[in-house]
Amino acid sequence: MPMTRTIFISDNDPVLHDALVTALRDRNLQETTRVRKTSIFGLSTYSSLMKVFPENVMFANFAASDIADMVDSDFAPNKFSYKDETLPFVGTGPVPFYHKQYRIVLRNCGVINPESIEDYIGRQGYKALAKILSSMSQEQVIEEMKASGLRGRGGAGFPTWMKWNFSRQVEAAEKCIVCNADEGDPGAYMDRAVLEGDPHSVLEGMAIAGFAAGAQRGYVYCRAEYPLAIERVERAISDAEKAGLLGDNILGTGFSFHIELRLGAGAFVCGEETALIASIEGNRGMPRPRPPFPAVKGLWGMPTVINNVETLANVPYIFLKGGAHYAKIGTEKSKGTKVFALTGKVKHSGLVEVPMGTTLREIVYDVGGGILKNRKIKAVQTGGPSGGVIAEQYLDTPISYESLSELGSIMGSGGMIVMDETDCVVDISKFYLQFTVDESCGKCSPCRIGGVQLLSLLNKISRGEGENEDIAKLKQISKAMQVASLCGLGQTSSNPVVSTLRYFADEYAAHVDHKKCPAGKCRALIKFMIDPEKCRGCGLCARRCPVKCITGESKKPHVIDQSQCIKCGECFSACKFKSVTRD
Amino acid sequence: MDTATATKTVSLKINGTGVQVPEGTSILEAAKKAQVKIPVLCTHADLLPSGSCGLCIVKIKGMAKQVRACATAVAENMEVITHDPELYETRRTVLELILSNHPDDCLRCQRNNNCELQRLAAEFGIRESRFAKKLKNLPKDTSTTSLILDPQKCILCGRCVSVCQNMQNVWALEFIGRGYDMRIAPAGDIKLNDSPCIKCGQCSAHCPVGAIVEKDEVEKVWEGLRDPEKYPVVQMAPAVRVAFAEGFGHPSGEIVTKKMYSLFRRLGFKAVFDTNFSADLTIMEEGSEFVDKLLNRPHELPLITSCCPAWVDYLEKFYHDMINYFSTAKSPQEMLGSLAKTYYAEKMGIPLDKVFSVSVMPCTAKKYEIGRCAEMFSSGCQDVDVVLTTRELVRMAKASGIDFEALPEEESDSILGEYTGAGTIFGATGGVMEAAIRSAYFLVTKEELGDIEVKAVRGLKGVKEAEIDIKGTKVRVAVAHGIANVKAVLDKVRAARDNGTETPWHFIEVMACYGGCIAGGGQPYGVNDEVRKQRLEGMYKDDILQPKRCSHHNTEVQHVYKEFLGHPGSHKAHDLLHTHYTKRELYTK
Repeated sequence: MPMTRTIFISDNDPVLHDALVTALRDRNLQETTRVRKTSIFGLSTYSSLMKVFPENVMFANFAASDIADMVDSDFAPNKFSYKDETLPFVGTGPVPFYHKQYRIVLRNCGVINPESIEDYIGRQGYKALAKILSSMSQEQVIEEMKASGLRGRGGAGFPTWMKWNFSRQVEAAEKCIVCNADEGDPGAYMDRAVLEGDPHSVLEGMAIAGFAAGAQRGYVYCRAEYPLAIERVERAISDAEKAGLLGDNILGTGFSFHIELRLGAGAFVCGEETALIASIEGNRGMPRPRPPFPAVKGLWGMPTVINNVETLANVPYIFLKGGAHYAKIGTEKSKGTKVFALTGKVKHSGLVEVPMGTTLREIVYDVGGGILKNRKIKAVQTGGPSGGVIAEQYLDTPISYESLSELGSIMGSGGMIVMDETDCVVDISKFYLQFTVDESCGKCSPCRIGGVQLLSLLNKISRGEGENEDIAKLKQISKAMQVASLCGLGQTSSNPVVSTLRYFADEYAAHVDHKKCPAGKCRALIKFMIDPEKCRGCGLCARRCPVKCITGESKKPHVIDQSQCIKCGECFSACKFKSVTRD
Repeated sequence: MDTATATKTVSLKINGTGVQVPEGTSILEAAKKAQVKIPVLCTHADLLPSGSCGLCIVKIKGMAKQVRACATAVAENMEVITHDPELYETRRTVLELILSNHPDDCLRCQRNNNCELQRLAAEFGIRESRFAKKLKNLPKDTSTTSLILDPQKCILCGRCVSVCQNMQNVWALEFIGRGYDMRIAPAGDIKLNDSPCIKCGQCSAHCPVGAIVEKDEVEKVWEGLRDPEKYPVVQMAPAVRVAFAEGFGHPSGEIVTKKMYSLFRRLGFKAVFDTNFSADLTIMEEGSEFVDKLLNRPHELPLITSCCPAWVDYLEKFYHDMINYFSTAKSPQEMLGSLAKTYYAEKMGIPLDKVFSVSVMPCTAKKYEIGRCAEMFSSGCQDVDVVLTTRELVRMAKASGIDFEALPEEESDSILGEYTGAGTIFGATGGVMEAAIRSAYFLVTKEELGDIEVKAVRGLKGVKEAEIDIKGTKVRVAVAHGIANVKAVLDKVRAARDNGTETPWHFIEVMACYGGCIAGGGQPYGVNDEVRKQRLEGMYKDDILQPKRCSHHNTEVQHVYKEFLGHPGSHKAHDLLHTHYTKRELYTK
């Protein structure tokens, strides 16, 4: 019997997959319905996802017990399919979440079984490599890359072709390519999605880079916290070797390229190129001064090209479609697409891939569906802990490496956190600083001590003990860290502070001068009180209060004991009569 | 360190001043040519730049980012700005950050007045602590007899780690933890004494602050000097005499032997000996051992020198399969210590337990050596009671109020005090070898060597080789200094032994410190190759100044043999002047 239907189901819960297979078999449908596991669909607001073809209906948030009904109804749209505003689509019509996306890097994610090399080959996988090996010179490959305008997606945006070319020009017996999969920004999982959802595209990109740079060896440096990605990459390497697409004498062309996996222990700083090299070499993951740049002298002294996962995933596409085609996407200086991990106070969080030049507002409102609870947007943070906060008035800026940098942030690896009016900038800065303080390797004094001093000043300010000169000190330390830190981590870790000081100086002033936190986040600066005029004495707040500091007789106004209050806000949200005020 | 000499010259401008330097020179070094000193706390001329302190940032025309002068090589037509208000401001902030993390107890610090951080704070005119003081409450590591680690004072420049791992190949010190919690300690966070540490003290000599210092035993010496029951005697190692005066602002390499003799007497020592004497004695013992093996038991060669206690410790830990090659002769310090409490005490009629024996050494490992094994108690009690480093003696001299400048020159005591040029060059890398060759030639041939200067084994090259023709017998020798250079030599010896082939060398000298004892871990601060060269020059000058330049010509040594020991290698000599070695574990915990 011919196959009439294919169902892709997310692989994060094997119970769902097994339930689906069982349900189909029970109804004798296993001959006509193909079930495929796939990885990230992009939309991560939902725990379970399933896409049914040819109907192209997406189901979300169902449980294993719902599957039998879905099969029985022949996958008719139901309460689990996308329909209302929070569930953006049903059927084949325009899908707001996907509407403005342009999927190059994520082209195969959710479409193929990442554990099947045939699936990848079926989507033109390894065709670019075959074309290059059979018909192109190293120079032509680099020219094509130059024409594409692809820049490094790890954050700094260095032209990829230049890195390859530097390495190509160095005479050395051995060279190597390193895929930087040490993704570490809080909330970011672009690289994980690609490695889990389409590992071969990265391997193919590495082999192409290897050919262009003259390297015979490649290493995927992946953090050990990504077990599924590791498993899939290992499998992909092994499958590709068996298929003759990696290893010795690839496709009989005489080009050999071997890829090995190396695991990182999860230190954020190991995403920095020189620290990453030290880590692979078995040394303590600490950066060293540059030059020499890795492209000239890197891993074990070899010329080493280090490219990020997303960068490499773009490469096969560029050669399938041509550099000129790729260069048509994006802005003048920032070509192609960028994957962002959209999260925060946005309705639909998830991985989004948009062309460069898309505005932040489009991402937040059109792709992300707007702000949760329809609150007012305050700012968007891009670039993770190395990035900055961009205020609402600049949300119409088309995204590019340059524009984000002008706004005091960076592209970074693609973290994007949306903040609303209930977010406090001092608090946000504290969050990121705590992260970089924890992740600083400790080697250079500006980063090691500067970060701790910044954090302690921010803590002081949010405790309501800020003094006027503290703002000047924040700026002074930030500047010294930017200039004098050894590596990118330290040079950028004060960015959250600098950018919030730039856009929200008033809010800092409110903390320092008036000892107020306008967003109501800094506990030491807020006070909950019960308005005796409005209080009905229902006692709900007193029952909710975790420290039992609200007292009062029934039907009479209650009182909060300020000396005991921990400012958790439970009473504030519990009161049905709005009698609890926050000052 | 001696790096490969570059041939090409690069022209650049530093603050508008044109300078020409060899290709590969760092901006930091090039700036000195333009009479500019760029502040730095982490980089040291002996080490690869680490770029950790962040103070040496400079601007280069056409570059957006400021770079580290220590780690950036010059380029043709480069235009560098080393000082401007912006750079000053950043450096000052970085310095204040470092200070916010460093205790303010300078007055009670061993490095007071001799601290690179303190000096910078003074130069920058730091008058207040604007940033919150953040100190880590970490305990000191006082586990070794030689060195004290105080992680609270550590500014994490990384010099000690680099010295320990790269110069010394010992890997006792490592960075532990990360970020703000990073600190230096032996890997596994064990005590230094349970680690592979060989107590060479190069970490302390390179530390810019008071985080690693020699164990200060000045007070112990004062106590002994004050005790009316005691009979204090002192000896001074060869390398001390060419570095001690640096402590009083004199140039490196100035020979102040005779002033030091008078200093010792004024401090209250009743007998002033010289380790150079026992260096000559060592040559008689070790030289005879070598000649015996060369002539009678050549299969037991090579013979490896054992004067350096850090090297002894290293061999016992890392190359214990080669213990058989080690000379059993004690170090000059221990030979003198033994004789002072036996021969000298008997001669003078002093009960040996009344003799209070102090030695002044360029070395921190010597503090460990005096208790190393049972043979260090050959007299019946500990042969040397206290070891002071050169640095400690400088402090002691200053505290005593003695005007060093005006001190008269005096002679050492006539027993255990005479020395030859061969004895004095023990302080230089290659010096033990050269001294041994001078006497071995005589011992084998009964004739004097024509040209006694063995230039091939002198200088700062990491491994030096020479072939000496002793009347037809070709003797191949090797000299290694700086433990990292030892591997190349010993691995070849081991391979020859394992393959049953002829040993590549017959006689090998090793000193743990690069340059030899003149650059020992207990010498005055500020060592670099320039200082090493000047101190070496001082050593060889002292050699030439001596009327006798071969150990076998030392009449006092001959006298001691005649009156007390018998002959080199005698039973008594073995009891008092020789030792044995044991395998030691790298990690005892």
